[in-house]
Amino acid sequence: MDRTGLLRILRQMLLARTFEEAAAREYAAGRIGGFLHLYPGEEAVAVGVLHATEPGDYVVSTYREHVHALVRGLPAREIMAELMGKKPGVSGGMGGSMHLFSREHRFLGGFAIVGETFPIAIGAAYAIAYRKLPEAVICFFGDGAVNQGTFHESLNMAALWKLPVLFVCENNRYQIGTEIHRHSAVVEVYRRACAYGIPAVRENGMDVLAVHGAAQQALRRVRAGEGPQLLEFETYRYRGHSMADPGTYRPAGEVNAYQDRDPIRFLETGLSGSPADRWQAACPGPDCISSFGDYCLAQGHLEEDCFARLEQDTAREVQEALEFARQAPTPDFQDAWAAFTCNRGGERFFEGESS
Amino acid sequence: MTDMLYWQALHRALDLEMDIDESVLVLGEDVGLFGGTYRVTEGLMAKYGEWRVRDTPISENSFTGLGVGAAMLGLRPVVEIMTVNFALLALDALINMAAKIPFMSGGQFPMGLTVRMPGGVARQLGAQHSQRLEHTLMNVPGLRIVVPATPQDAFWQLRQAIHSDDPLIVLEHELLYFRKGQVDETVPPLLLHQAKIVREGRTLSCIAYSRMVEVALEAADILAGMGIDMEVINLRSLSPIDWDSCQNSVQKTHRCLVVEEDCVFAGAGAELVATLQDRCFYFLDAPVLRVGGINLPTPFSAALEAESIPRPDTVVQSARDLVSRAGNTK
Ligand SMILES: Cc1ncc(C[n+]2csc(CCOP(=O)(O)OP(=O)(O)O)c2C)c(N)n1
Ligand SMILES: [Mg+2]
Repeated sequence: MDRTGLLRILRQMLLARTFEEAAAREYAAGRIGGFLHLYPGEEAVAVGVLHATEPGDYVVSTYREHVHALVRGLPAREIMAELMGKKPGVSGGMGGSMHLFSREHRFLGGFAIVGETFPIAIGAAYAIAYRKLPEAVICFFGDGAVNQGTFHESLNMAALWKLPVLFVCENNRYQIGTEIHRHSAVVEVYRRACAYGIPAVRENGMDVLAVHGAAQQALRRVRAGEGPQLLEFETYRYRGHSMADPGTYRPAGEVNAYQDRDPIRFLETGLSGSPADRWQAACPGPDCISSFGDYCLAQGHLEEDCFARLEQDTAREVQEALEFARQAPTPDFQDAWAAFTCNRGGERFFEGESS
Repeated sequence: MTDMLYWQALHRALDLEMDIDESVLVLGEDVGLFGGTYRVTEGLMAKYGEWRVRDTPISENSFTGLGVGAAMLGLRPVVEIMTVNFALLALDALINMAAKIPFMSGGQFPMGLTVRMPGGVARQLGAQHSQRLEHTLMNVPGLRIVVPATPQDAFWQLRQAIHSDDPLIVLEHELLYFRKGQVDETVPPLLLHQAKIVREGRTLSCIAYSRMVEVALEAADILAGMGIDMEVINLRSLSPIDWDSCQNSVQKTHRCLVVEEDCVFAGAGAELVATLQDRCFYFLDAPVLRVGGINLPTPFSAALEAESIPRPDTVVQSARDLVSRAGNTK
């Protein structure tokens, strides 16, 4: 990848983290309500995968989808406005944090019921195959979602009909408070795909270039008509499941190790011995942003002051989004009815009805 | 008599029943180590172990179905579905299995299954997380449904539900878990499906359930200041419905207002209105009136969300309309 590409990746990861931390502060200040599921720690997955997509591809995501939307090109200000339930929000203030949609960006939604992204994705892929288009669908889901029936049902149909879907598992090892060894009999998600004959690999989700490479390869096969592919990325969320969750079920050492620039060093100095064996083995690598920044520096793609400029630049973009969203108007019932009845057009339901 | 929060009352009920009866077990997402999304199962895993408090994968239809199978063998599973929104994925287990197996088997199998789940509009949880499911479940012969509105109801109705050999659905409300109230663990409880008059009145009867009981009570306070004396009935159960208690009240007041949070179209209120109109036609001074949620997926935006369901002021308005319809204020 050339220097411009690398810097774009770095910028997007920085933007993603800054955006999410700003959203957390807005939530704490009471300007965002409801459930707010944040993405810090997992940026390399969204950025790496979505950098391998084309504008003609579709994206389906969960309730932890702000960053997928952002990287897909939905404007930060309109996403922030949606989180605040405002009229210029991407979903007109009707959806909220868990339901970002953009037809223009082929972003088919954030879904709040675990396991819904699979059928939506194969449906979109069916429409693409039906029309014989060179497009693909990217379907994001968590490690907890693979125990929902729709996962198995949808993988089977996708394979059976060779649908152009890339299934992307963001394995952060937790289903809210339940650690993966306590919710899944087989903890390597990618291994489940073989039951349906779907090629699958597992990659380090903390290494954005590894993610990007894997996604590019898989998408090449999807576009060549070889049918669905599945990628599993080992990653970690630094925060609780949502802003309502302090995440106290995770040992502090585990959280710190993932966030550290150098988890290996942390393991040697910060912990004495055993109980964390599982996560020591699982911890795939250092924080995705700092490690990628280091890489860019070492390769000479980036000077120190350039990194600081990127940080300032993304902070400014997020600040602008915040100001836009805060002063934006809220929708009224007319807007709600308009959204509700938008597909009716001039259709009349009964004889004698006026409109 | 002890003051308890609603979740604590449920917790206490579970703890007592698990202690008394080894066949009672709890299962659901994050009920164990995490202690339950609304703390209802806090500490129970440490006390009773993994086999009796089971953290499940996100597999609603299958773990609810597991509850059905275990109940056929005589266990008393208490399944917690994190919210009613996810029970939509378990409808096959609830409707095709739990509700029908006792009947289809000619009465050979008990179904001592209890399914607890909170629903309702909370605070900006969006359209997929703000639903109510009573309209669907009420239409299923074989399911019994209770809707505790207070810690006292929660404590006793959950205990009684666990004792029942019929499948019982306990519909909780997300905004009620931190409501405080007195719980009397010693009085003989009301019957499981019995309604309760929670405020006496003469001008009109207001029938409400779950969180709408407090909305109705607040409205009754305001109405009292206007000289309208509204009786409030906490229905406590949606299947079966305690028609006699409702009828007795309406016979006294001659007017009836039904308040539900669910969308009015084809909801619980429709059943209440139809049957009460039928039973009370000759005592009524005006048609039975309904106030309920508007027929729209719940909007995310805070102000719209609040306006989409009944509030004390909308109940007051409807009560006044109802009273003025028949002219004289009693
Ligand atoms: C059908 C359903 N059941 C339960 C929930 C509640 N819930 C929301 S997120 C979640 C955990 C999902 O974990 P995972 O798939 O690993 O995604 P992550 O949040 O870790 O990104 C649960 C149980 C839900 N939204 N939908
Ligand atoms: Mg997870």
